[in-house]
This record gives sequence, structure tokens and C-alpha cells, in this order.
Amino acid sequence: MTTSEPVTQPISEKPQQDDDPIIEIIAMHKWFGEFHVLKDINLRVTRGERIVICGPSGSGKSTMIRCINRLEEHQRGKIIVDGIELTNDLKNIERIRAEVGMVFQHFNLFPHLTIVDNLTLGPIWVRKTPKKEAEETAMYYLEKVHIAEQAKKYPGQLSGGQQQRVAIARSLCMKPNVMLFDEPTSALDPEMVKEVLDVMISLAEEGMTMLVVTHEMGFAKSVAHRVLFMDYGQILEENVPKAFFENPEHERTQLFLSQILH
Amino acid sequence: MTVHVIDPAAENLKPPATSVGVVGWMRANLFNGVFNSILTVLTLILLFQTLPPFIKWAFIDAHWLSGDACRGADGACWSVISNNLRFIVFGFYPHPEQWRPLLAMLLLVGLLFYSQNRSRWNKPLAWAWLVGLISMGILLKGGLLGLTAVESTQWGGLPLTLLLSVFGLTAAYPLGVVLALGRQSRMRVVQTLCVIYIELIRGVPLISLLFMSSVVFPLFLPEGVTLNKILRAQVAIILFTAAYIAEVVRGGLQAIPRGQYEAAESMGLNYWQTMRLVILPQALKIVIPPSVSILISAFKDTSLVVIIALFDLLKTTKSVLSDPQWMGFSAEAYIFVAVVYFVCCFFMSNYSRRLEKELDTSL
Ligand SMILES: Nc1ncnc2c1ncn2[C@@H]1O[C@H](COP(=O)(O)OP(=O)(O)OP(=O)(O)O)[C@@H](O)[C@H]1O
Ligand SMILES: [Mg+2]
Repeated sequence: MTTSEPVTQPISEKPQQDDDPIIEIIAMHKWFGEFHVLKDINLRVTRGERIVICGPSGSGKSTMIRCINRLEEHQRGKIIVDGIELTNDLKNIERIRAEVGMVFQHFNLFPHLTIVDNLTLGPIWVRKTPKKEAEETAMYYLEKVHIAEQAKKYPGQLSGGQQQRVAIARSLCMKPNVMLFDEPTSALDPEMVKEVLDVMISLAEEGMTMLVVTHEMGFAKSVAHRVLFMDYGQILEENVPKAFFENPEHERTQLFLSQILH
Repeated sequence: MTVHVIDPAAENLKPPATSVGVVGWMRANLFNGVFNSILTVLTLILLFQTLPPFIKWAFIDAHWLSGDACRGADGACWSVISNNLRFIVFGFYPHPEQWRPLLAMLLLVGLLFYSQNRSRWNKPLAWAWLVGLISMGILLKGGLLGLTAVESTQWGGLPLTLLLSVFGLTAAYPLGVVLALGRQSRMRVVQTLCVIYIELIRGVPLISLLFMSSVVFPLFLPEGVTLNKILRAQVAIILFTAAYIAEVVRGGLQAIPRGQYEAAESMGLNYWQTMRLVILPQALKIVIPPSVSILISAFKDTSLVVIIALFDLLKTTKSVLSDPQWMGFSAEAYIFVAVVYFVCCFFMSNYSRRLEKELDTSL
């Protein structure tokens, strides 16, 4: 499942740890009914940091990043995003969601709206941007993901790779401070994976804070500042990519890597 | 190894013609296979048996205007309609004022026709509807702007049927949507109330609701307070139809994948924005066909108001038949009513099919 990209140097150095992390997760636990999915998660994400999260199926990767924008509710511990703690306060949740972009495995574009309307929906209704300005922003980001000529089409008329690039552009239109990606390429045909990864790499080059759940190890090696390995609802190991791939410490990580790097 | 050379002329061929001309069409549509051929022949025989006599009765031998020549004649007596048209259409509405319901109906039909085209749906049109509905009300009721007041007990015929339907359906639809949302709500109390309401209403026939609204409900009103009978029937129809709409809309809501909610919410849209901008447009589109079925049957069910002594179109027609001069011409009268109902229902289903096509974004 790896792309054949060479191991390159990270695009930019990891930003210095500062006292103002954009995401801070402290001793967070989550249960689905009786099932303890996330156990004592601690994570501090610096502004501009890029983190890749990997791990076997069912290990809780999706659940963890979905907690960050409250698509899932955690039961214990703290999650602080951009200085705002996630509680049941709806206003806070909406504020955080507006700052945190999310890209899903299955794109989740709105099929009843044209591409450009998909992109302007959030800015117009959440940010109260005037329609004209929102459309200009939308076109700017569509250019950026190389898909501007499709602006007037509907999502159903686009290929998977194109839809995922639109989904990324849709998140960017909200001018988020953080982008969450939940396996953005795993529903795509192999020849479309690269076009989506390229967009993500260019986003990384601009210094976007990114949390990416993915099995694209080539992407992890070249883009991530840190790789997290999750299993049994815990973060078992975390390291810079080079060390993570060359000298994994935990035996679960070794097993996982040996399976996935084949 | 063969090399394929792309021949530009060979690229775009017309699709092969499968059926050519009348014979081709007939072969493809009427006589493809033994079973279908037999069916076609049988249908033709049946048509030959029934159609000519009907045409002879309905058109050739028919009397259109003269009242007296009808008795003992072979053909249809459409005079029963033409001679009583004003009563059938307007009921007991005072004669000199009947231009008012007529104008109101023309206004309604005009607005409906104008609104057919979705590209014309904008704010001014919404205002036009509001103004239109209010002026229809004023036209019917009078008592304003120098129009003499006409008691609602005198309203009847086609305007009454249209009034009950148009207001009933336009009010029932949003109410049904709200009930469906309530039934999906995470708030237990709201959800339970909606379930109870929907199940209670669906468990009762419309007739009994109408009875309750006209007989039982007034018992609970304080002495001296009366609520207009038409209004009560109207409310019963709205409450009844809304429960059915709610269940249909709920089906549509359930068909929307979770990812749509998540995508909308993860942008920071709140509950109402998510529903209005993302979920309902998709859900309501899915449920156009069953909704239209409900609207059509609700439209026809307005004729049940006869049981609480309202003179809708069907009732005015029936009253004409009780006049000794026109007794026995019920076939003609009912055919007329059926045609009026059919035209309205056909308009609705036709329009809904067009709407479905226009809203189809899958291609
Ligand atoms: N809504 C839910 N209700 C109950 N259990 C759930 C729910 N969502 C996920 N789970 C369970 O929680 C565990 C973690 O799920 P999660 O989706 O986070 O895994 P994942 O690491 O993202 O796996 P994958 O790589 O397959 O996407 C799984 O065992 C899953 O069955
Ligand atoms: Mg997952």
C-alpha cells in the first residue's frame, strides 16, 4: 500500500514547540456504549505541524480525529482547539468547526449543489461572506486544486479524484487553521491517488497544520513531522518519520509496518 | 503484433436505428412476442366494442344546451351541466357577486401557471403569492373595499374545493416536514410528542376527524364562541394530511447518508442550516413521488367535507341531481365532476414529474 515516492527530506522543519499549541488533547477517553475505544489520548499539535496517524483497522484513528471537531463526543479528559475547550456549548462547537477543516474518505460533497455552490455554502452561511466574494474565493481554491473548469458541474459528474480535490477546496474556503484528513485517498482508484496527494503536499508546503490518517507511507515520509501509531485505542508510538520507519520500537508497530510496507 | 490506427472518421457513428417508421414502431411496441400480440389484439377488440357506442352517446347523440329535449333522448344530456353550471361551480354564493370567486380562481390558476417554471421562483414571486392569497380571501369574503360581505356558509362549489385543497396542502406540507424533523429529533420529549401525534392521526379516518372538528370540537369552546365551519374543516384536513407527509418525509431523511450531516456540521453549519441547506433539499427530492400521491389523494379527500354539510363541487353537483327536472342524469353529472378532478390531479402529477427531472443532478 505504499507509493513509490523516494524518501525525501521533510518539506519544512518542524515548527518549534511553543506555548500556544493549536490542538491540545489531555488524558482523553471515549466509549461507544460499553466499548472503550480511546484510552488516555494525549496529543499536542503545534501550529504548522503535520502529523500522520496510522494503525490497523478499528484502532480508533478516525474516532480520535473526529473528536477534534466534535463529530464524536469524548467522555473524559480535555480537548482544546485554538484556545477553546470543547464542551457541550453549541456555540463553541460551531466556532471550532469553522476553524477546523475536515476531509472524509468518501468525499461527502453535497450532490444537489454545483461544485461552486458546495464551496460557497460554508463561507456564506457560517462566515457571512457576501456571495460574490465567496464565489471569488471558491474559484481561487478550485484553480489551486486544478479543477476550476468544472465549477458549474455537479459532484455526480466528477471522478473520485476530482471530487476529493473539490472536498479539499471546500474545506479551504473556510480558511481553516487546521485540516483533518480521514483516509482521503483510500476510496480512490490508484491512478487518482497521486492527484489528491499532490494537492495535500502543496498544502503542506504552505504551512497548513494537518492531521492525516492515511496508509500512504510515502506521503508520511516526505510530508510528516511526526508519525503516530495507534492500536487498541491508544497512541502506542510516535516519532519523526525517519526513525519511525527505520527503527520502530514497539513490536505492534514493527508488525504493522512489515504488513503494510509489502 | 497489430497496431491500431485511429481513424478520425470512424470515431463518431450514429447509434443504429432499431425501429424505423410506423411498422417498426408497431413491431417494437405492440407485437414483440406472442403474448404481447395477443394482448394487443384483445385490447383492440375491447376498444372496438366500447369506444364507438360511448362516442355516439357522449358526442354524436348528445344534447348540449336544450333542457327539454333531453328526456327520452338516446344520447348524453350535457344540458344538466350547462344549465346549472353557475350553481355547480359557485354553490349558494350570491348571483350578482359570483364574479368574485371566479376572479379569485383565475388569480390562483394564473399564479400556479406562472410558478410552474422554477427559474421564476424568487422573492417577488413569493410576495405575489402572499398578495394573491390575501386578495383571494378578500374577494371571497368581502366586507372590505366596498365589496358586500358574503358569509362563509354561502361559499361552495369549485372555489370551496380549491380553497380547502390549496390552503390545506400548502399548510400541511411544511407542518409535515416539521413533524418529520421532530420525530428524528434527539430531544426525547419532542420526539415522543411527534410520534404520538402522527400515530394518533394516522389511526383515524379523515371522516371521523371532520366529524370531530364539526361536532365534538365546538362542545369544548366557551359559550358564544363559534369557529367558522370551513376553518374547522380546513384545520382537520391540514392536521390529517400533515401526519402522512411527515412519515413520507421521514423516509426521505433516513435515505440521506450520515456523511452528508457530518460534512455540513464539520463546516460549522448549525442544525437548522444543515437541515435547510443540505439535508431537506435532498430528502424532499427523493420523496417527490410519494408526496404527490398524498397530495393527490388529499385533494380528492376534500370531497369528504360533504358529511359536515359543506357544499363542495361534488355536493353542488349532487344537489342539482335532486331537482326533479334533472333527476336521472347522474352519469353526465359525475363524468363532469370526474373530469374536473382529473384535470387538477393530472396537472399535479405532471408537474411533479417535471420537477423531478429538473432537480436530477446525477447526470
Ligand atoms: N458509532 C459507533 N458506535 C459503536 N462503535 C463504533 C462506532 N464507530 C466506530 N466504532 C468502533 O470503534 C472502533 C474504532 O473505530 P474507528 O473508526 O475509529 O477505527 P479506525 O482506526 O478509523 O479504523 P479504519 O482504519 O478501519 O477506518 C472500531 O472497533 C469500531 O467498530
Ligand atoms: Mg477510519
